[in-house]
Amino acid sequence: MKPTPNSKLSRSVTIPNELGLHARAAAKIVPLAEQARSRVFIIKDGQEADATSILDMMGLYCPCGTEVTVRITDPADIKILNRIARLIEVGFGES
Amino acid sequence: MAHSTAKNLSLQGIGASPGIAVGKAYLFEREDVDVIEKRFIRPEEIGAEINRFKQAVKKAQEHLREIIRDVPEEYRDHVYILDSHMMLLKDKMIYDGTIEQIRRKNLNAERALKVAVDKVKAIFRKMPEGYFRDRGSDIVHASKLILENLLGTGPSKISDIDKRVIIVAHDLSPAETTQIQLEKVKAFVTDRGSHTSHTGIMARSLAIPAVLGLADATQLIQTDDLMIVDGSAGTVIVNPNEQTLTQYHDRKERLEEHQAKVTRTSHLPAETTDGHRLTVTANIELLEEVVAVMDHGGDGIGLYRTEFLYLNRPALPSEQDLFDNYRDLAEIMGARQVTIRTLDIGGDKFAASVPWGEEMNPALGLRAIRFCLQSPEIFKAQLRAILRAAYFGNIRIMFPMISQVEEIIQAKQMLREAAASLDKAGLPFEGDIQIGAMIEVPSAVFMADVLAKEVDFFSIGTNDLIQYSLAIDRVNKHVAQLYQPLHPAVLRMIHRVVQAAKTAKIQVALCGEMAGDLINVPVLLGLELDAISMNPISIPGVKNLVRALSFEESKQLVHAALKQATTSGVLELIQEAYGKSFETAPFFQASGE
Repeated sequence: MKPTPNSKLSRSVTIPNELGLHARAAAKIVPLAEQARSRVFIIKDGQEADATSILDMMGLYCPCGTEVTVRITDPADIKILNRIARLIEVGFGES
Repeated sequence: MAHSTAKNLSLQGIGASPGIAVGKAYLFEREDVDVIEKRFIRPEEIGAEINRFKQAVKKAQEHLREIIRDVPEEYRDHVYILDSHMMLLKDKMIYDGTIEQIRRKNLNAERALKVAVDKVKAIFRKMPEGYFRDRGSDIVHASKLILENLLGTGPSKISDIDKRVIIVAHDLSPAETTQIQLEKVKAFVTDRGSHTSHTGIMARSLAIPAVLGLADATQLIQTDDLMIVDGSAGTVIVNPNEQTLTQYHDRKERLEEHQAKVTRTSHLPAETTDGHRLTVTANIELLEEVVAVMDHGGDGIGLYRTEFLYLNRPALPSEQDLFDNYRDLAEIMGARQVTIRTLDIGGDKFAASVPWGEEMNPALGLRAIRFCLQSPEIFKAQLRAILRAAYFGNIRIMFPMISQVEEIIQAKQMLREAAASLDKAGLPFEGDIQIGAMIEVPSAVFMADVLAKEVDFFSIGTNDLIQYSLAIDRVNKHVAQLYQPLHPAVLRMIHRVVQAAKTAKIQVALCGEMAGDLINVPVLLGLELDAISMNPISIPGVKNLVRALSFEESKQLVHAALKQATTSGVLELIQEAYGKSFETAPFFQASGE
């Protein structure tokens, strides 16, 4: 289940902000994922969450320091993959 | 008339935001999401039922959008909560989940929504950490917005209130609290909630009195009932009689006048007219209270109760959880001193994580230092966390409920072991930390000279010391009047401890509710304590009073008080010396522990 690091359809990132992938953070991912042509997932330990659902993502339980993988299902959504990964890397703009 | 029959009914809850309000009740009712009719719909109705649900979501969104648009300036910081509720309304797990329940299980929309919401709630309930798990309530609040539209009850229009009222509610969601027009609310009263709930935090930041956690206020109070809310004492009085009303009107007036005066000067040191300085610090149990400590001019934190992080969670906090918390506190307080008291609860409190038996007599049982010494793993994790945090600020450590010197010796040994293990692990920590004993058991009072050789400071915990020495459980109504902080026996014990500390040249503080009660202040000053520690909101009043007192006079007062035979004898002395102005003093005292 673990994606290869150089897979074009997925990227692994570590959640750096203090509150982790909480409601407000998840709420920032949703509008990005909604623009995607196909489905976008956030994956933790092989468990997938729909990136258009705040609740599904929060249900993964990702506190600060968790490594997650962002996965797209259509190569055309590569920009969205990068944007979401970047958003996570910068801690959703939180301290 | 829809008035309650109860006359002058007094209810006790949690004083979550101080101040007094007198006014008419406004009962804010809502459908409870848990009582939902279950109906099976016919296959041909499915399409219509799904549509009905979609319409309800749409209306809920419109309603929420209006709320967000109309959020007053002072609440702008809280809008993000509503924004995420907005998304939750259309979240797949709720939205698609409900539609699926209607389609597959032939359920009515209300019931289908409940099934979908319950599934999500179950996921959150399983989570270990406080923050995430607490978000379960957001889902409930968001789903209620949909439910109200399904049921046709419409949103409860809290913004429609047209007169100044006291809001009485089972619980208030963030959406509801932000809609309330401040100028129309005199106070909040709720069945649920605690000091840390959203309503409590918001009420404090807006300086509106609030009493929460009353359990059955909504059952006992009806709209238009006259009521008094005392957010300082955590008391609510329903349909007060003339006498009570007059009493509270007077107190409210005096409190407001007094508060206006003292808060202006709360940052000045508590220095007597003859130049003696008393350190006035705060007792807190939540990191969030630090703001109140600063606002009220606390010289430091004299007692940080560390139980909160251990309670209400399935597993014990990790050393890292504790460290993060203590470090935050140390960093915020900077140079000001923070006294961390190690865990002061018994094994019976760890229902979920530690398998201890039920206590027959918890006050005399396995608790505080006794429990910690018998649970080295739990204790060491806390000791390590404190030592690590001490690296980042001015922290000292205090052991509670010491009844014999061996306990101090053992605790210090464990502290040394904790330091050695940190050293070995190469983690930064401060090993040279001041160690204190809490003096709250009568045996410790009489052995204070012996204990003083083992520690750097004493802190006299009067709440327990009074309870143990006078054999009074102050929660027991039948004997509560015998709980007397100014009992000559109590004063003699404090005096004895102070003398032992002075002989050994160590610091001595007092932390307990009596420190925040103005009538006790002259005596505490004259007992020559180095510091007194209290609820943050009592600090300005106490400092203000100290500035009006003479140290020499208060020492003379104590000299005479120690010879008194009764509490009333002590009280008479105080009134002789300072007049009747202390009559209202107990009022300024903060609520509960």
